[in-house]
Amino acid sequence: MSVAAPAAPSRYDCVVIGGGHNGLVCAATLARGGRSVLLLEAAAQVGGAALTREFAPGFRVSAGAHLLHLMPADLLRDLRVESHGLEWAARGMSTTALLPGGARLVVGELELGDGALQGLSTKDAQAYSAYAARMRRFAAALVPMFSRVPPRLGTTDWSDRLAMLKLGWQIRRLGKRDMRELLRIGGMNVYDLLEENFDSAALKGALGFDAVLGANFGPRSPGTVLTLLYRLAAESAAGAAGLSQPKGGMGALCNALAKAASAAGAVIRTAAPVARISVEGDRIAGVVLESGESIAAHTVISSADPKTTFLRLLGARYLDTGFVRRVDHIRSRGLAAKLHLALNRLPAFAGVGEANLRGRLLIAPSLQHIEHAYNHAKYGEFSAAPVMEITVPTVNDATLAPAGGHVLSAIVQYAPYTLKAGWQAGKQAFMDAALDTLEQFSHGLRGSIVGAELLTPDDMEREFRMSGGHWHHGDLAFDQFLMVRPVPGAAQYRTPVDGLFLCGAGCHPGGGVMGVAGRNAAQQVLTMGMKSP
Amino acid sequence: MTDSPAPHYKQPLLKTPFHERARALSQIDSFIPWAGYTTVDVFTTMEQEYFAVRNATTLYDLTPMVKYRVSGPDAVPYLNRLVTRDVAKLKPDRVAYVVWCNDAGHLIDDGTIFRLGAGEYRICTAERQIDWLLDSAIGFDVQIGEVTEQIAALAVQGPTSCAMLKAAGLRGIELLKPFEIGYFSLGEHRLTLSRTGFTGDLGYEVWMDPAAAETIWDILMAAGRSRGIRAIGSQALNMARIEAGFIMPNVDFVSAEHTIRTGRDRSPLELGLGWLVDFNKGHFTGRRALLTEKKQGSRRQLVGLDIAGNKPAHNALIYTDDGGKREIGSVTSAMWSPTCKRNIALAIVDAPHFQVGSTVWAEIYLNRELVWERRMSRAQVVERPFFVPERRRATPPAEF
Repeated sequence: MSVAAPAAPSRYDCVVIGGGHNGLVCAATLARGGRSVLLLEAAAQVGGAALTREFAPGFRVSAGAHLLHLMPADLLRDLRVESHGLEWAARGMSTTALLPGGARLVVGELELGDGALQGLSTKDAQAYSAYAARMRRFAAALVPMFSRVPPRLGTTDWSDRLAMLKLGWQIRRLGKRDMRELLRIGGMNVYDLLEENFDSAALKGALGFDAVLGANFGPRSPGTVLTLLYRLAAESAAGAAGLSQPKGGMGALCNALAKAASAAGAVIRTAAPVARISVEGDRIAGVVLESGESIAAHTVISSADPKTTFLRLLGARYLDTGFVRRVDHIRSRGLAAKLHLALNRLPAFAGVGEANLRGRLLIAPSLQHIEHAYNHAKYGEFSAAPVMEITVPTVNDATLAPAGGHVLSAIVQYAPYTLKAGWQAGKQAFMDAALDTLEQFSHGLRGSIVGAELLTPDDMEREFRMSGGHWHHGDLAFDQFLMVRPVPGAAQYRTPVDGLFLCGAGCHPGGGVMGVAGRNAAQQVLTMGMKSP
Repeated sequence: MTDSPAPHYKQPLLKTPFHERARALSQIDSFIPWAGYTTVDVFTTMEQEYFAVRNATTLYDLTPMVKYRVSGPDAVPYLNRLVTRDVAKLKPDRVAYVVWCNDAGHLIDDGTIFRLGAGEYRICTAERQIDWLLDSAIGFDVQIGEVTEQIAALAVQGPTSCAMLKAAGLRGIELLKPFEIGYFSLGEHRLTLSRTGFTGDLGYEVWMDPAAAETIWDILMAAGRSRGIRAIGSQALNMARIEAGFIMPNVDFVSAEHTIRTGRDRSPLELGLGWLVDFNKGHFTGRRALLTEKKQGSRRQLVGLDIAGNKPAHNALIYTDDGGKREIGSVTSAMWSPTCKRNIALAIVDAPHFQVGSTVWAEIYLNRELVWERRMSRAQVVERPFFVPERRRATPPAEF
């Protein structure tokens, strides 16, 4: 979507930097709160990494995340995205694990108690029911953290204390046995947790995959139960719609969010990259665009990642050394690559019928397999046998490809940001490794490829202006989590500089196409009563 | 600077280029480690050396002082973000006393910044700071390198120091103003002199190539013979610096990077160094915290005490009353000042008792032939420094 530059007031209450989903949600929420808002997007269209774009003639794809499952239903409802044009190509999509030899395992269906049909023992099928129910209870207890500004530690502020108490109470309310279990597994790795529960390597691989998707972890890394619980809690906080695919790809969501923001009165300018955030007298004065244009604002809210915001747009000279050191140390090296294939026919996966092709497919046949894939990344190499989350979005949405054509979109792990050999040299080899892996599950796929694109973290850093090409703007881990996300001193969307706020995935509650950081940040700005005099 | 063939771990302390000269003059073999070097604590007696500082001239081996070279296009913005003073105002060939703080506005260390010519600066500190200096360089186009081993240094302090240096052949030394840097030659050796020091007296610091160190030592010793020159150790220097009101890391404050217990780190406002904090120069690390402290008022402050009697109040606790009911602080440095003829101390005292003119009580313990006695002595909060001689600033200094 493009919006013409307005004849312009050159002063706004709020300038939002970045037109990804968080920036758009933030702008819309602020505008609805009565602020005059200008949103500045560097690219020619809004969306950030949540955009749909052409990657081969006539073929379009969600360039970043390809599934929506974390954006809260009430957020979508409040911003009336459906009346602003968002349609669903698919909701409640299934998860199918692809297994060697043409076998498959449909994760969601296990709960129907039909485990034997899937080649699982009755014992595993029963264990799964208990495990899934327990994890859902744990996730539900964590839900209240998402929708609010994280509390500060060590303050005497009553709202902070109350929030901590509430979280404690939620966990206590689980009952003695569940609370003890949550506290026991909270710091564990997902490998050990799944080993405790199941026999089937295929099931463990499929369940463990979500704990490391988009993360700098293998299943044996500490803290992976946390990332899994966090994903489940975020899904739970979002409502029960499950994995969804917007019609027209993820970009359609952002176009609807942009319309919602515009309808609320926010001004959106694209192709307007911000060169720097300006400071006068130790307070935010506005922004200066790369074109040289200055825009005055009382408050600047950045959806760019914390490193970009603080070190590049603001500048270390306006910040204290200790704070800059913490920002510099944020772990934000991406490990996920994105593979896009333009196909001249519908891809066939052994044993997968059309119904399951509408959902997502996983290549993660065992925890061991995932851990081996991760081992390479630890040493600066890409995985020789990568793990993948695959969708064929054109099965649900024919508008993304020319008639008869199809698109395959896959998140491929692990592709370390700093590849020892350099991505210039390594890209084709990694693409080949990914295609070889796909070919094992979809014989003849190579012959149907008419166009292909691989986005490495390096590419994503450049295209989406994210430090390290990290989807979450920083690993989700105990030390970069809740009241210490992105760093102490900026974890309540506020920053050390008066008038500067953060609203991106680098903040609580993190990345994925969630939009909660954008909304929480806007609420923080509104609560603090920041308005031009 | 270690040319010893033995493995370094067997002789962990380095020797300065003046070491052989110092060893020859040392009568009581009293050496202490300082920043990785072995240095002299006392050559003969502390008192003898102290009186040479105040009445003649002295040499003190300053080589272990940690030195960093800072250069590059962003050197000034970098230094201005690092320290609390406005470095942009520092003129070429001048020195400034500075402190730097952490984010909470608590002191990490103090030191001096030398502006050597147009674009090069040198930071001198008592303790190693490379970690903080490099972290502070994130986002700045500067180069920082430690040059401690490349520069030997002597402090030449005392009322006859200028006359001695002139006699040694440093022509024009008498024109060097306080905190000014001058460049001199002595034979084939090039020397950099700054009119700086840690004694509060007339004095200079001489910076040189380590290869020239022994030659320069010998020349100065010869030139000073008729002017009472004496090599001094750290103990005499410590007496002089207390009279001058200067603070010492790990004595009067602990670096905020090293404290473990809360409330043990100190801000420059608390240490009476508010005059070094320039809130109008733009941002620097700790500025926001210090501004808050300034608005709310400091909870404690380092003060000078003039204590009744002549018994030094080492480590004394400070009370509001002679009954010792309410404790309000403690002494960090104390001595009987032979020059001022006063019993002086530096102490940290809680608000509001740190105002000049307040009366407080010091609990002094005396060891009298292994029998401890306790005294409550009345003390007055007084202005610092205790000793400020005219000759410290006089240009040209007096002839001797």
